[in-house]
Amino acid sequence: MSEEKYIPKSKLAAWFDSRLPLLTLSHHLQSYPTPKNLNYWWTFGGILTFCLITQIITGLVLAMHYVAHVDHAFESIEHIMRNVNYGWLIRYVHANGASMFFLAVYIHIFRSLFYGSYKSPREVIWIIGLIIYILMMATAFMGYVLPWGQMSFWGATVITNLFSAIPFIGESITTWLWGGYSVDNPTLNRFYSLHYLLPFLIFGLVILHIWALHVPGNNNPIGIDVKKNSNETMPFHPYMVMKDLLALLLFISVFLWFVFFAPNVLGHPDNYIEANPLVTPSHIVPEWYLLPFYAILRAIPSKLGGVIFMFAAIFILMLLPWLDTSKVRSAVFRPLYKKFFWVLVFTVILLGYLGAKPPEGIYLILSRLATAYYFIHFLILLPILGRYEKTDPLPMSISDPVLDKPGVIDKIKKAASKYEGDNVSSFK
Amino acid sequence: MLVHLNSILKKIVIIILITTASFSALSEEKKIDFLKTNWSFNGIFGTFDRTSLQRGYQVYQEVCSGCHSVQYLSYRNLSEKGGPEFSIDESKAIASQFEVEDGPNSDGEMFMRTVRLSDNFVKPYPNVEASTAANGGAYPPDMSVLAKARTGGADYIYSLLLGYEDAPEGFELDDGVYYNKYMPGNKIKMSEPIIDGIVEYSDGTEATKEQIAKDITTFLVWSSEPHLESQHKMGFKTIIYLIILITLVYMSKQKVWSRFNSKKEEEENFDKVERVITEYEGEDPKTFK
Repeated sequence: MSEEKYIPKSKLAAWFDSRLPLLTLSHHLQSYPTPKNLNYWWTFGGILTFCLITQIITGLVLAMHYVAHVDHAFESIEHIMRNVNYGWLIRYVHANGASMFFLAVYIHIFRSLFYGSYKSPREVIWIIGLIIYILMMATAFMGYVLPWGQMSFWGATVITNLFSAIPFIGESITTWLWGGYSVDNPTLNRFYSLHYLLPFLIFGLVILHIWALHVPGNNNPIGIDVKKNSNETMPFHPYMVMKDLLALLLFISVFLWFVFFAPNVLGHPDNYIEANPLVTPSHIVPEWYLLPFYAILRAIPSKLGGVIFMFAAIFILMLLPWLDTSKVRSAVFRPLYKKFFWVLVFTVILLGYLGAKPPEGIYLILSRLATAYYFIHFLILLPILGRYEKTDPLPMSISDPVLDKPGVIDKIKKAASKYEGDNVSSFK
Repeated sequence: MLVHLNSILKKIVIIILITTASFSALSEEKKIDFLKTNWSFNGIFGTFDRTSLQRGYQVYQEVCSGCHSVQYLSYRNLSEKGGPEFSIDESKAIASQFEVEDGPNSDGEMFMRTVRLSDNFVKPYPNVEASTAANGGAYPPDMSVLAKARTGGADYIYSLLLGYEDAPEGFELDDGVYYNKYMPGNKIKMSEPIIDGIVEYSDGTEATKEQIAKDITTFLVWSSEPHLESQHKMGFKTIIYLIILITLVYMSKQKVWSRFNSKKEEEENFDKVERVITEYEGEDPKTFK
């Protein structure tokens, strides 16, 4: 299934395509060769695109009714929930959509970690993906501030205060971010403005992410290069389109279950209390998808240290293609890495759990251990593993990874011996 | 075997991910066992008990509204579908009992007028400060979204209303502070609001304090989520729709992939045999392609 060159079917198409090759692009997207052995963990790219578009469309409608002012923001949300036609549906899709977006992106990232999709020649795809992830966190954080509930206000206060930890200029930066001397109306206004802007930056980066993907093509569960012009690949349309669609519908089912039957389970009840600068909630917690980083932030005894480690936890991922020195991509053939991968998954989930707990006693001790392990995994374990791990033998092609196993070749040989004497060319 | 184990592991991790995500945010404080009662609005098919909502409004009006506002409800909501569903005339009659300040008129004067259906519920106090000052320094919270603003939701409100007890030995309470089993910290500035027979129901329902607590809680859940019934209805229809659609898409996907699979199998079998034969004839299969 090779990728054939686009040949215009009409003179008009040829005229247009030679001026703006949109038809060539469309043809490329349809016939783009994908490895035939991609499993369902590979469907999350499409799911994420769906999430982004859903957030942009619902957000657009919400923006028509929302009022970015400290006196009216909370009220305008209730106006959307009660008086706008299907406003409750649009808002619940948007609010739960953020959670679903992060659920999908975490699966997408861990898939990449397991199958080594960040390795050469896909480093640029990986880094663009991480920039998207960072922008997603910024967007989600600012979006959570907009309803102007108690967690909105105090979450914004805690996170913006982090910048005051920067030596010498920290205080000025925080004042500059706030547009005043505390989180107030100017802060809400600029967060609204940025919350509207960032998704479009993400959209642009998604295009780059896909573009960068289409240069080397997809990685695959076996992790070895596929021959592009062979029966090892299949055209994106209709095969992958159908598979992605099926996975997307299953994902949407989970998504809508939350929207209709548990729309507030993933949020904090305190955010239905209007922001009050004079009353601090007993625990200030961010949304669930930021909890692992929140746990790292609080695990470090010094404020500046916490901020540095929190940002380092994200930026260390940028170096991953060079920290992981193993030439073998897929964890399927890396018995040791596979185990450490699952330990890392567990550590991150544990950090998320600890981020929701008060930073005291056993929770604090566990946070510190988990934080230490997180960095050890990337800075020490991965470079060592790449060097000393004995990997399993790689198959010759993704078509028959079993062919290398002893016995199989003999069996086929036996079967083939029946044909002995026949001319090979007569098989066709 | 190992592959099998892996797929199980993956599934477990997904389950852990979802459960920790949903519960970690909720399980802040130690779990208190709230009083349980059968809520008609829970579950996929949950709907409100119309008569309970109407009684709940009566309880709000006669017991709560002296201190608590419900500022995001309008009188028109009382006759809307999925709510207490008073008739329009009944809602108008309810609204006309109240007066609200409006203006300025063409002379620049503020004036009082009768409340209309389109107006929001009148507040007992003009602002939070007045409300706080009149209630011993504790603001009686606006109850519009109260059921969503408290961990435990309906169960919490119901339990709190019935959770007044004598303070245990040695538990110090200031004047105007009461002991409540379900209030975080067990101190509450609201005196016990509900006692047996504090309201008289016109529909003949016996006004026990459990019944009153249930009715007002139902009313507050509706006030927090006035579109809950259409939400559940649409949710159910969506599930049915998705089941059908997913079945169809699954079958189409199988059909489409069978084209490739059969073609692939043919080619693969041919490939394998060809390769082995070449090897058999003394050639290196790696150089074959």
